[in-house]
Amino acid sequence: MKTIVIRYRVLIIVLLAVGISSIFDPPFARSVTSLTFAQLKEMLLVIPPIFILLGLLDSWVPKEVMVRYMGEGSGVKGVVLAFLIGSAAAGPLYGAFPVAAVFMKKGVKFRNILIFIGAWSTTKIPMLLFEISSLGARFALTRLLVDIPGIIIIAHLLSLLISKEDVRILYERAELK
Amino acid sequence: MNTILYIVTILMLILSYRRDAGRTKKALQKSWNAFSAILPQFLVVILLVGVMLTLMDADTILAILGSDSRWFGVLLAAVVGAVTLIPGFVAFPTAAMLLQGGAGYMQIAAFISTLMMVGIMTLPVEISYFGKRLALYRNLMAFAFSFLVAYVIGLVEALV
Repeated sequence: MKTIVIRYRVLIIVLLAVGISSIFDPPFARSVTSLTFAQLKEMLLVIPPIFILLGLLDSWVPKEVMVRYMGEGSGVKGVVLAFLIGSAAAGPLYGAFPVAAVFMKKGVKFRNILIFIGAWSTTKIPMLLFEISSLGARFALTRLLVDIPGIIIIAHLLSLLISKEDVRILYERAELK
Repeated sequence: MNTILYIVTILMLILSYRRDAGRTKKALQKSWNAFSAILPQFLVVILLVGVMLTLMDADTILAILGSDSRWFGVLLAAVVGAVTLIPGFVAFPTAAMLLQGGAGYMQIAAFISTLMMVGIMTLPVEISYFGKRLALYRNLMAFAFSFLVAYVIGLVEALV
């Protein structure tokens, strides 16, 4: 019970704040509640399959295989795979972080993990189709063409900025998750 | 899209269960552990998104994005995109509406770009996986990069 309270303390505080706001501004609290439930529905729809696939990936795909395809020395193959996996993804960006943790555990090269995060954030194929239909192909494809090199450059700069020691600590922490 | 995700997941589960039931159970245990570890933070993000969407409806966003058509407007749009977290299937139609409502292409491009690449709301989640420094650097770079995206889209759309 106590551990649950500690783990959910931030949530409890925010919930209390919304609860108090319902006294002073009921329409505000009502709107927050209905929007939260709409989001919750969306989350419960997309997030569970992602975590199930993660668990399966973690227990079935051996580290050596992941290292061969996406680890140090995987070269262009690793970059392309990181892009493809990230772009095929579904769900909000926060769904990408647990996947990144499993990638760390499996010895995926740090730069490729950053490319994967970049692809998940902005070059998702289902979203691209949706973007084309609402904002037009010129807008969506221009953005995609700028984003692809942008993601690679950002991933490169980030892996240069972060020390090897910091990366090692991150990988060790992922091992415990 | 969700249907494909579910079909793939169920197929993989069946395949895994047939190969090794015990191992599949262990895998699901891992899934559950990873999920329950991050669930409190996910719920906070969702609740904050509810608060934010209440405070910033499409009219408010249009008022901000349509207020200035110069680089200052692009900066405002980029900030709005960075602090908000709107699912794509809501964001794109909203952006189309904003364009019709008089917002410029550069502003919309900056908004869409930071909306997808920069996550102030999800920063705590990102920090717990990537550490403070990396999460901050990544978001800052993505923010700066969004101005380039806005510039290029502004050029391309002006050609027509």
